[in-house]
Amino acid sequence: MANQDIKPNTAVIPGPRPFGRGRGRRLAPRIEEFAAVWVLRAAATVSVVTTIAIVFTLLRESFAFFQDVPVWEFIGGTKWTPLFKPSSFGVLPLVGGTLLVTAVAGLTSLTFGIGAAIFLSEYAPDAVRRVIKPVLEVLAGIPTVVYGFFALTFVTPIIRWFFPDANIFNALSAGLVMGLMIMPMVSTLSEDAMVAVPRSLRDGAYALGATRFEVAVKIVVPAALPGIVAALILGLSRAIGETMIVTIAAGATPNLTFNPLEGIQAMTAYIVQVNQGESPHGSVIFKTMFAVGLVLFLMTLAMNIAGQWAIRRYRNRY
Amino acid sequence: MEAPSERDGFDAGRATDHIASAVTRPHYAGPTPPRGAATARSGWRRNRDTIAFLLFFASVVVGILGLAVLLVDVLSRGLPWLDWDFINNFPSRHAEESGVKAALWGTIWIMFLTALFTIPLGISTAIYLEEFAADNWRNRIIRVNIANLAGVPSIIYGLLGLAVFVQWWGLGRSVIAGALTMTLLILPVVIIASQEAIKSVPQEFRDGAYALGATKWQVSKRIVLPLAVPGIMSGVILALSRAIGEAAPMITISALVFLTFTPSGPTDRFTVLPIQIFNWVGLPQDDFRGVAAAGIIVLLVVLLAMNSLAIFVRNKFQKRY
Repeated sequence: MANQDIKPNTAVIPGPRPFGRGRGRRLAPRIEEFAAVWVLRAAATVSVVTTIAIVFTLLRESFAFFQDVPVWEFIGGTKWTPLFKPSSFGVLPLVGGTLLVTAVAGLTSLTFGIGAAIFLSEYAPDAVRRVIKPVLEVLAGIPTVVYGFFALTFVTPIIRWFFPDANIFNALSAGLVMGLMIMPMVSTLSEDAMVAVPRSLRDGAYALGATRFEVAVKIVVPAALPGIVAALILGLSRAIGETMIVTIAAGATPNLTFNPLEGIQAMTAYIVQVNQGESPHGSVIFKTMFAVGLVLFLMTLAMNIAGQWAIRRYRNRY
Repeated sequence: MEAPSERDGFDAGRATDHIASAVTRPHYAGPTPPRGAATARSGWRRNRDTIAFLLFFASVVVGILGLAVLLVDVLSRGLPWLDWDFINNFPSRHAEESGVKAALWGTIWIMFLTALFTIPLGISTAIYLEEFAADNWRNRIIRVNIANLAGVPSIIYGLLGLAVFVQWWGLGRSVIAGALTMTLLILPVVIIASQEAIKSVPQEFRDGAYALGATKWQVSKRIVLPLAVPGIMSGVILALSRAIGEAAPMITISALVFLTFTPSGPTDRFTVLPIQIFNWVGLPQDDFRGVAAAGIIVLLVVLLAMNSLAIFVRNKFQKRY
């Protein structure tokens, strides 16, 4: 019978006060509020814990590995034969293999990605852009195992038709297909940077009689350069960490070479290779995965930080 | 090769049309720019312009052609192997008896559990960062950290899962260890997508609720979350569809096994579609290339279905303000 308690002169405005303390506030919502904030905060910490766990795991197993193998042999060695006797643990052939494939992928995606970005930002009418961009972005959504299959069954035979002495597993095939994979990323990020270039710069050049090509190459590309560099760096970082294409198409023979027609082994491909057999926890082979993973993690981390720094630079520019 | 009227010099009417159309468009995508006297005098510069246009256009064509060739290659190799038995059979030594049953069920299990873990974690983090977190150093670290996590190679997550879930927590090479690893892998993507969806809820709605005396949590729960759910869900589905295609982190968890059973619980061993495809690609017999292509078609159909669902959810339920 709450109604009987109401007296005419207690004129309380109905509803709780915003952030009010004390009068009229019930306890339950405040407990709920308190609990909710802590639950949400705990969820947000998961991502930080993940990073710590990644770094901790890689470092712990790597330190254990460096008890067995001297650091300088790992970093400076040019022979990687952990699975045979006498075993040798020089990581350079794996790093070199990764970099060779990444270089091919970088050249491919730089050429076509920036060409596509210039076309989309400077030439294509809006209607064409709206059709082409989603189609290109489908490329970024295709699973990498499919690209690996495509490289091995379609691109490699073509390469071997042109260069009959190329290995079945070669860095060129993997690199070209990987370039196709990261092309939409490079072109989208570059295009964003080009669109951000103020129109007044283009209008100035057109007023002086420049052609579209001259405006694109002499005005827009230099002005958008930090963004384009960022796009390329982030694309290459994806390429370095990519696993399935290099595992399927580039081979499993650690090989320090500059010839993209030879078979190589990338860092990621080595980690997969170890997992193809059961290697007991604590064995040297098991620890090598984490040492190689640490190198991979540091390389991609450095590139991602550089890429984000470059993006911030061009965003602040205009 | 230019029309006489253009050679006369600057065409004022065309130039203003061009500027007017450029002003109304978000991007500078106007037609041919005004042709000044300098351009008209120099045929080489005009030709160079045309050649360059063709080259830039060719880059786009290379991308689209690459996609088309890839799809045709996969379809032409895989379709002859694709039938009901392929969906319903376990892998076999004989190409014609091989199927994706174990991998398909493994993928479904992993995705179900991953969604179960990712959705609450991702949405909670996004709400915290967008609605609660002050702009102090602790929360800035969380934000920068999420951006960096999104760039960590997927196989590194595989190593993390192997060391933490499989060995330290003693979960073994099980479905649950795979799902937890996959959760960590796609969490940054889900958080970023959810943050975008939450940002798109107009500030006025929040202000209205605050004016009526709601607390931050009440605003988040009753105003922001219901309005952001369509955007969040389409982001979650897209993130899951990326996870379905990921082979690398699952290889370190499940190892490359040849399974002839479907998981019956979260502690069973498992294999997933991309691993099964990878297995078949690696086999020497040529027939298994066709089987692998058929597996790829199944994978792509699943992806297509999920992407369509994401687009449907976004278009059907998302409001524009």
